[in-house]
Amino acid sequence: MLKLARYLKYFKKEVTIGPFFKFLEAVFELIVPLVMASIIDIGIKNRDSTYVLQRGGIILLLGFMGLIFAIICQYSAARASQGFGTMVRNDLYKHINTLSHGELDAFGTDTLITILTNDINQMQLAVAMLIRLVVRAPFLVIGAVVMSMILDLRLSLIFLIVAPLVSLVIYIIMKLSVPYYRVRQRMLDRVSRITRENLSGARVIRAFSKQDHEIRRFNEANNDVADIAINVGKISAFLNPATFAILNVAILAILWFGGIRVDLGSLTQGEVIAFVNYMTQISVALVVVANLVVIFTKASASARRINKVFDTMSSVTEKDKIISDIQSTENQINGVIKDRYDEISNEEEPIVSLNKVSFAYPGSDEYALEDISFDINEGEVIGIIGGTGSGKSTLINLLPRFYDVDKGEIKIKGIPLNQYSFDSLRTFFGIVSQKSVLFSGSVSDNLRFSKKDASLDDIKKAIEIAQAKDFVEKLPEGYASQINQGGRNLSGGQRQRITIARALVRNPRILILDDSSSALDYATDARLREAISKNLEDTTVIMVSQRANSIKNADQIIVLDDGKMVGIGKHDELYRTCNIYREICDSQVS
Amino acid sequence: MNSYDESNSIFRRLFSYAKPYRGFLIAALISSLISVTLSLLIPIYIGKAVDYIIGPGDVNYQGVLDIIIYLAVFIGGSTVFQWLMSYSTNKITFLTIKDLRSRVFDKLNIVPFENIDRTPHGNIINTMVNDIDIISDGLLQGFTQLFSGLMTILGTIGFMLSINLGIGILVVVLTPLSLFVASSIARRTYSKFTEQTQIRGEMGGLIEELLGNQKLVKTYSYEDRAYERFKEVNDRLHKVGVMAQFYSSLTNPSTRFVNGIVYAAVGILGAFSAISGNISIGQLTSFLSYANQYTKPFNEISGVITELQSALASAKRVFALIDMEAESSDEELISQVESDGRVKLTDVAFSYVKDKPLIEGLNIDVKPGSRIAIVGPTGSGKTTVINLLMRFYDVDQGKIEVSGVDVLDMQRKALRSMYGMVLQETWLFEGTVRENIAYGKENVSEEEIMDAAKAAYAHSFIKRLPNGYDTIITQDGGNLSQGQRQLLSIARVMLLKPPMLILDEATSNIDTRTEIRIQKAFAKLMKGRTSFVVAHRLSTIRESDTILVMDQGSIIEQGNHEELLSKEGFYHNLYNSQFHITRA
Repeated sequence: MLKLARYLKYFKKEVTIGPFFKFLEAVFELIVPLVMASIIDIGIKNRDSTYVLQRGGIILLLGFMGLIFAIICQYSAARASQGFGTMVRNDLYKHINTLSHGELDAFGTDTLITILTNDINQMQLAVAMLIRLVVRAPFLVIGAVVMSMILDLRLSLIFLIVAPLVSLVIYIIMKLSVPYYRVRQRMLDRVSRITRENLSGARVIRAFSKQDHEIRRFNEANNDVADIAINVGKISAFLNPATFAILNVAILAILWFGGIRVDLGSLTQGEVIAFVNYMTQISVALVVVANLVVIFTKASASARRINKVFDTMSSVTEKDKIISDIQSTENQINGVIKDRYDEISNEEEPIVSLNKVSFAYPGSDEYALEDISFDINEGEVIGIIGGTGSGKSTLINLLPRFYDVDKGEIKIKGIPLNQYSFDSLRTFFGIVSQKSVLFSGSVSDNLRFSKKDASLDDIKKAIEIAQAKDFVEKLPEGYASQINQGGRNLSGGQRQRITIARALVRNPRILILDDSSSALDYATDARLREAISKNLEDTTVIMVSQRANSIKNADQIIVLDDGKMVGIGKHDELYRTCNIYREICDSQVS
Repeated sequence: MNSYDESNSIFRRLFSYAKPYRGFLIAALISSLISVTLSLLIPIYIGKAVDYIIGPGDVNYQGVLDIIIYLAVFIGGSTVFQWLMSYSTNKITFLTIKDLRSRVFDKLNIVPFENIDRTPHGNIINTMVNDIDIISDGLLQGFTQLFSGLMTILGTIGFMLSINLGIGILVVVLTPLSLFVASSIARRTYSKFTEQTQIRGEMGGLIEELLGNQKLVKTYSYEDRAYERFKEVNDRLHKVGVMAQFYSSLTNPSTRFVNGIVYAAVGILGAFSAISGNISIGQLTSFLSYANQYTKPFNEISGVITELQSALASAKRVFALIDMEAESSDEELISQVESDGRVKLTDVAFSYVKDKPLIEGLNIDVKPGSRIAIVGPTGSGKTTVINLLMRFYDVDQGKIEVSGVDVLDMQRKALRSMYGMVLQETWLFEGTVRENIAYGKENVSEEEIMDAAKAAYAHSFIKRLPNGYDTIITQDGGNLSQGQRQLLSIARVMLLKPPMLILDEATSNIDTRTEIRIQKAFAKLMKGRTSFVVAHRLSTIRESDTILVMDQGSIIEQGNHEELLSKEGFYHNLYNSQFHITRA
């Protein structure tokens, strides 16, 4: 938690002013019972109306000042805590953006989203409470005890017994009930899981007529939730009555022993009333302290999660000396880089070249790819084929350096990947993945996602090649038509064509199609391929597929099996020489 | 007024669910009444005690002791009834909620499929879990809080008036002040909170979209633009967040201030009355205690009211689910049909949306043991045929007969038990492999399960799983490949040996070896059984007796492979584009 406290230094003013004014308010609050005691002991005893009015006025003034101080404090708290949250959120998001896929996979998207929202909100709340209550509540408790000690040291013993006793009771009840809440949450998760299973499996469940069985299963989980909730209810139902009883018994003690002290003349009637007042104040404050403990426990767990993200560094990093801008490299006089630029424009160098590449996913002992070597020349059409888990997608992920290879080397135009900046490396690629993901925004916005400054003409051309022109222009607002989040207002095939257009609009030198025409009907698919081969003659196309017929015509077909390259060549040659390739073809077309 | 009536009826309906537990409700209300009354008596008796403690040598010990005994009884009684109130409230709340959840779940099992297909599942789950929890917090627990809050206010006013009319009236006059302050803060806070919630939602959507597709963000070097967008929303959130938090945090100090005014006013007026001898100092003490606690119930009530509002909104969503229309009852209909493998569709018409006709005039006569392949591009409506055969949806016109019986004349259960169904999107639930295979049949022996698994070519991979047949399949089935999942679904059907089959071949993502196994398993399953296959493999299609070619929802060609090829129509093109060599 302390690590995140560094953000508070931007709010020094708020963090000092807030608690200070809260402190003043609490002091004023503690004075009120004393003033009331003096009204009773002096004002009423002496029948002095002016005195009563004066003192009454003081109480009002104390209340008003208290209000002003509190408002100042609350405003400081709001500014500091929200400011804190905003800064942490910005920085955390920025940090997440630097992480490579290895780290993102390890955290999981859902976890990161939770951390970015819930956990930071939790911290935000803790900061607000730090300013608002951390000073006030304990101070009220201690203050009340101290005030009572000043009034009458011996009678204040009651406070010294009651305050720890109430704390203990609150602590025990929470200690007993909190684990139950966690269990209840788990049970509730089960209820939601069974509901989800039933919705997604409705067809199977009804096909097997298992509704009654599912209802029984649900009721079991549902009963468990109710049972545990009622059980925990029995425990937490003690909290209020128990504190109520202790405090009121303490008041009885004050009356009895206070009576003795008054009889002896060491205490006045008004001061007994003040004692009773302080006891009530303590009760409220102690409950607040208990809540604070809960809030800070939660916050420290949140802080740990947030810090874990901050402490994770990307395993894939840019080198110091890199090629950051291919277009303007010419202007660089620096010898090494100049030479490399010449290499980049050198038509002779293969556009992609792998040399004995091996790779294992972080945390895994087994290679997902092992000892892969091949060259791809500019303008070639490459097919990559293999079953699930054969390493096709992994191979694709290595090219734009989403992961770094463990052994061997990948070069683009003769230059190792890590010599490029991320931006310059990735401008080589247009990638269309299996899942057609679109973002909320217009059709044009979605295309500009890959090329910020794409003109409308660029966009129209890409849309046309992707065979999406017909339907896009029929949309109510054409290229400006809004796409819902995830593209839910388009069909699967339409979404897929827009993702293809998105990859095309940036004029990539390497176009990667990762099993990406599955949602297209055959005629459209054929037209698309034709348009690609006609319009993007110079573009290197890498097609990943499970289906032999879609890559049959490639200049080179790379066959992967279980992470190893078991064949490379043209269709006819492979069909003759490569068992696995033949097996795949035969299983599909026979 | 209208919305008031609506809330009223939702409220009433909710309480009708609590009816079986009204004993607890009554216990809660009575306990609250008793504990509030007893706890309100305490300040009065403290005051009386104070009157016995006047000064040195002037303390009536016997009097104080008597009062302490009374007080002890009040405190004890109030404590017990407070506990009883919490306990009863909890009990009624959680039992009611349990019933509510069961009702929703029961309904989900009998609603027509269009409700399940069209409503986003996330929404239903959210209602099932979160909305119902909100109802428990807001409506049920809130109700008792509201009740005891009101009791406290009325009791306090009553006791004050009974001690001294003048001071009592003063407090009553000051009451609207605290109401006014609380409500005006609540109003401002509410609008800021709504705005905050909306921006939070926007931010949630944005991060889900961007982080969920971080690979795209990186591919297209979108990081900086993503950050700019995030920052823009975050800045807006900051602005409104500061105000929302500030306003809402004003409630406490403001009501504390109002309390202070009441306290001072009671103090001054009380002191004057004491000087003129109208009340004793002890009575003044009682007044001051009341005044000290006076605004507390107001705070609580205003909190409860906000919760009530969101609970009402949640209840509305819950009732919307419960009110979904159920499938027509079929208990009276034929409960068992001996299948002979015949299926006949006559002039069938169907559409999902009223004015968008989909299937029209569909006629198929399926002979026992024959194989029907359904082919066509994605989205052409192949699954619609499955939906109709299984009666997941009912035909709009025409009829479907199985073994000569109209499917509308038999129980759904009877119809569905005749088919074995394996869908492309396999469904496994969280449980062991064994439980998943045995899903369709009760009391099966270990041997039967293994035989089914072997017949489905699933035995060998199951054996290699960490715990064999006892391996738990995780929620998303992440520990199995898609092909393996499909083999398990096939084993499930193998176990039942149904007379007819509905199969959905997977399009992709299955590795070659598993795919060969699946094809073998399918072939074994189909032998001698009437089968409907949504087909992607040429081999399956070729060997079918009838091929239904679908495009854009309707069946455009029908016949066997040779017949269709010679027509040189849609199927011919399909066949050529799919299976002939084209340049990439």
